[in-house]
Amino acid sequence: MRPQDILKPGPSGLACLPGGFHIDPVRPVDRAVITHGHSDHARPGHGAVLATRETLDMMALRYGENFAGTTQAIAYGESVRLGDVTVSCHPAGHVLGSAQMAVTCGGTCIVASGDYKDAYDPTCTPFEVVPCDVFITEATFGLPVFRHPDAAHEVRKLLDSVALFPERAHLVGAYSLGKAQRVIALIRAAGYDAPIYLHGAMEKITRYYEQRGVPLGDLRMVKGMKKADLAGTITLAPPSATADLWTRRFPDPVTAFASGWMRVRARARQRGIELPLVISDHADWDGLVATIGATGAGEIWVTHGQEDALVHWCQTKGLVARPLALVGYGDEDETDDVPGGADAQESEPA
Amino acid sequence: MNRFAELLDRLAYEPGRNNKLRLITSYFRETADPDRGLALAALTGALSFKYAKPALIRDLIAMRTDPVLFALSYDYVGDLSETVALMWPKTDDVLRNNPPPPTLSEVVSTLTTLGKTDMPQQLTRWLDELDETGRWALLKLVTGSLRIGVSARLAKTAAAALGDKDPHDVELLWPGLAPPYLDLFAWLEGRAEKPVNLDPAPFRPVMLAHAIEESDFAHLNPADFTAEWKWDGIRIQAVSGRDADGEIVARLYSRTGEDISQSFPDLLPSLRSQNPSQYKPFAIDGELLVLRESRVQSFNVLQQRLNRKTVTPKLMKEHPIHLRAYDLLSEGDDDLRTLPFTERRARLEAFIARLDDPRIDISPQLEFDSWDAITAIRADPAPAGAGEDAQAVEGVMLKRRDSAYLPGRPKGQWWKWKRDPRLIDAVLMYAQRGHGKRSSYYSDYTFGVWTRDDEGERLVPVGKAYFGFTDEELLKIDRFVRRHTTETFGPVRHVVHEADKGLVFEVAFEGLARSPRHKSGVAMRFPRIHRLRWDKPPREADRLETLEKMLVTETATEPTAIDEAAIGAH
Ligand SMILES: [Zn+2]
Repeated sequence: MRPQDILKPGPSGLACLPGGFHIDPVRPVDRAVITHGHSDHARPGHGAVLATRETLDMMALRYGENFAGTTQAIAYGESVRLGDVTVSCHPAGHVLGSAQMAVTCGGTCIVASGDYKDAYDPTCTPFEVVPCDVFITEATFGLPVFRHPDAAHEVRKLLDSVALFPERAHLVGAYSLGKAQRVIALIRAAGYDAPIYLHGAMEKITRYYEQRGVPLGDLRMVKGMKKADLAGTITLAPPSATADLWTRRFPDPVTAFASGWMRVRARARQRGIELPLVISDHADWDGLVATIGATGAGEIWVTHGQEDALVHWCQTKGLVARPLALVGYGDEDETDDVPGGADAQESEPA
Repeated sequence: MNRFAELLDRLAYEPGRNNKLRLITSYFRETADPDRGLALAALTGALSFKYAKPALIRDLIAMRTDPVLFALSYDYVGDLSETVALMWPKTDDVLRNNPPPPTLSEVVSTLTTLGKTDMPQQLTRWLDELDETGRWALLKLVTGSLRIGVSARLAKTAAAALGDKDPHDVELLWPGLAPPYLDLFAWLEGRAEKPVNLDPAPFRPVMLAHAIEESDFAHLNPADFTAEWKWDGIRIQAVSGRDADGEIVARLYSRTGEDISQSFPDLLPSLRSQNPSQYKPFAIDGELLVLRESRVQSFNVLQQRLNRKTVTPKLMKEHPIHLRAYDLLSEGDDDLRTLPFTERRARLEAFIARLDDPRIDISPQLEFDSWDAITAIRADPAPAGAGEDAQAVEGVMLKRRDSAYLPGRPKGQWWKWKRDPRLIDAVLMYAQRGHGKRSSYYSDYTFGVWTRDDEGERLVPVGKAYFGFTDEELLKIDRFVRRHTTETFGPVRHVVHEADKGLVFEVAFEGLARSPRHKSGVAMRFPRIHRLRWDKPPREADRLETLEKMLVTETATEPTAIDEAAIGAH
């Protein structure tokens, strides 16, 4: 069977006709297989959802218990039969519970990797290479200018700044699901054990990480704190909050932003960031090309991001490559829709 | 180098002055000699070496990367140095051996001596050894496009903070110091005595005036001020001292501290002319003028004496140079700069009288008892004492009677009030070939003034001029354009325009209008090159705010609409 007869892009997302399901559908469908809990991949209103335990829990946190008709949890390494295909689940290293879904049909294996990264992250299971015939890769950072430095080095920059400016508050914009917890874990790994403060919108999802056995140290809510007491502290907040009135409760805040986009100066300046931290939950260019090579796939489908450059690179390496025209997948750093964060708008109406 | 790059990177994002200071001081504390001294030199603009052309950087990246990937990346990032810094792929050899990155001193000392042909290879090696931020800073440094948003003054203040010293002390020592400033840092860290300024005739940082606005007068009391002419010459500092062997050393400095003594050998004897038994070292702040039969000549005449490597006897005879003194900064062992202006003025009068040299005189003070009186004097200098020299009067200077002589442009001390408000100093930014008989010359100029935005200080284009200069001046500008092109876009040459490098035009124009079509928001009517200011560093060119204020005055006093069609016409 030709790969395009197994998985095919359509208006609802990537459809698997022989399996009778969609992967990360952007509209309500009968059966959905979901790679991870970010809101552009995990949407409510499907008939049945297959995903990891963590992804299902995150969807329930965001949308309420009745986000789908029925749910089925799948663990890393597990396979299930859906129609004429077998779906197996493998860690994607992107956020807690993120998975690559391998779809096998008639001897052809296609891996839909969702969002992934091959860099160190103490808050989730490391990425695993899944050998396949067709590899579907994201291209969020699909340009060779995106080479993420060691995240520990970026966290060191933050802690140096905290030491240099003890009278100022450090406000770190970080996407609420995954990035924030990873940044906290990295700060802890660097030996910082003072309390870390959280924007209210991050509480539930962060507590969920702790419940799943990710230790994050002494975490406190920033709400109700006296301004003066926030001097010399670190607070994590959704990126949108770092640019609004909410920041006035902090003494002379240093505004940091943890994102792969911070690699490009103009992007950091646009946002008025004073301390850009290049920390990403997506693979960088080197990670993308290394992963593509490691899968052994002869055919690469490239989706959401900078498809052109990655497709071009694949072709220069003799691989069959094409962009998958999928719409509806964004870039989480630009829109933070927090699971369990109904109070994300603590002070900001929009 | 990586640590210095990190500092630059952080400074580029930090808007607060005090926070910038803290970052720089902290860098000085953590970094060893001589790197920190060279960093101080870089921040104060004291480094100079030959720059690499952007084309070379393009060639280097083309050898390492796929052209399609480079084009897509450059298009996304929008800045050549940054694109190359981010996408530079290290070779497998480099990844395996992981050579140590160069120190800032290695980079600086190599660049100062490096031959042009060795540049590509050396740059490649450094790009391999540095991290992304290090590569970015290196490329900005070698292409001469490092914009840090930190003034020299701020960098010196940060150094002073390292030893809790008064920044003014560092400023006073500065002329006698040289990179990498080992003696300065030793003193700041309490490891050595304060460095002695060993130069017998050192430059003192110049005090500058603010342009006064109508609205300022309301807050100022005429009794607090003295007034004098603002002469249309070249502001200089004339210094005389005795070296260790007892020889008298005389020097002329431009207001940026450049030694221009060689251009004016005819004035130097006057700086040595005191009776040897009564000789006293001195430093005079004044104006260079050409006088013929004791009449001050126009700036155009004076201009013949500028930028000359060799000065012929004929030139000196036909353009006799003269020093008109404004201020006395030191006399004998006394540093007078902390005294009030009136006391310095009294010392100056006595000193010039004692000197009794025909080439040196004193700029007269103007009598006035109200702002109205000085307004009338400024409007018509001739009957107010300028006489036939009136055409060489550029305006009046107002100086607070109690003002100490402070480096830079301290607030509220000195004011300049130019006669013609429709003259601005602008910086040449782009040049294009002219038409007709000028088609082989770069004769169409776009000039800009300073403004401040998110990216810090930068020049914004405010107009174009095609005339106003002589054929001889055109040749010189054309040569300047060709030698100082930083980039070429089709027919347009980008000409170097940085704080310390570039060409300043004094632009005359007939009127101003608001214009949404211009990036600056203002359009000039009939702009023309009034004269070339080879003597003026671009940092001292005018600011967009000055134009905006003129605009307010213009619209208030001249309600007639400005003919848009006339703007920018040939
Ligand atoms: Zn995601």
